[in-house]
Amino acid sequence: MNISALIIDITLWGSVAVLGFMAWQRGRVVLVSSLREGSMDFINIVPRIALGVIGSGYIAAVIPPEVITGWLGPDSGWFGVVTAVIAGAATPGGPVVGFSIGAVALKVGGGPPQVIAYVVAWALFAFQRMILWEIPFMPVRFVWFRAAVSLPFPFLAAAIAMVIGKP
Amino acid sequence: MIVIGALVAVCAGLVWRRDGIDGVLKIFTHDLWLFGEIIPRVLAGCLLGAFIAEILPHDKVSRALGPNSGLKGLLIGTAFGAILPGGPFTAYPVAAALLTVGADFGATIAMVVSWTLIGYGRAVAWELPILGTEFTLWRIVISLPIPVLAGALGRFVFVRMYPKGEPS
Repeated sequence: MNISALIIDITLWGSVAVLGFMAWQRGRVVLVSSLREGSMDFINIVPRIALGVIGSGYIAAVIPPEVITGWLGPDSGWFGVVTAVIAGAATPGGPVVGFSIGAVALKVGGGPPQVIAYVVAWALFAFQRMILWEIPFMPVRFVWFRAAVSLPFPFLAAAIAMVIGKP
Repeated sequence: MIVIGALVAVCAGLVWRRDGIDGVLKIFTHDLWLFGEIIPRVLAGCLLGAFIAEILPHDKVSRALGPNSGLKGLLIGTAFGAILPGGPFTAYPVAAALLTVGADFGATIAMVVSWTLIGYGRAVAWELPILGTEFTLWRIVISLPIPVLAGALGRFVFVRMYPKGEPS
């Protein structure tokens, strides 16, 4: 856990250093203006991230994971897919919570197409990631557009899973 | 932002009614720690986005990822999203930077969706150990066409919604 965080930080700051060096090669002005640009973005985003991080903790506390697991019961068919998609979007917390709920659902007899729909919907629509990361960084118009356009795909994934079956 | 703030206030109120002030403070201190941990990475992500916006030549990006880049642009976006290192603190600033240097909604959607669905980082770190190799591979294979399809659908809808280009 700590080692993977360290690796992330090293690759992240390593990429910053490499790109910063490339900007510096274009001239000092390029480096300084992009540093200023990046810092301004950072300053603008910090309050929104603060609200997102601290706020999503409260939202998550109101939606306990047990509720989500209940929605993912051993219910087959398209009704199960629909509830799985809603459950995926409503799942609070990070990847551990999302994938663990999927694993629990598989163990208690949830159908693989429903669990696929759940994991894909969680990846596409998890409200916490959208509030915390996507909306602060991206133009709001893009976020809604992206989410609307992504709507058919958990269903498509479930349909493919039903057709090809589990290996 | 106002909507989110209101939602947070309501949820904090619910937590306060259920768990009292201790519950509210416990979540607050936990999330404050998390915030402290995240914030340097957010700075790195912002700098990364700014460097990319400055270094990448506008004409090349709009040719490779712009509205007329066709299937190739969607595939480039998908590949880029799949190999992008780091977490949301890199993916979203970089995606926003691509938008500003000439990528269209379609290619950017392909990139964001690819990062979230087939990006190796999350799959290796979390999905494999929790859901198992077999399920994860099966899920990724099924997800492979989705970024390109989502990007194509995005383009299809975009030109019909905004025939004269995106309003500012």
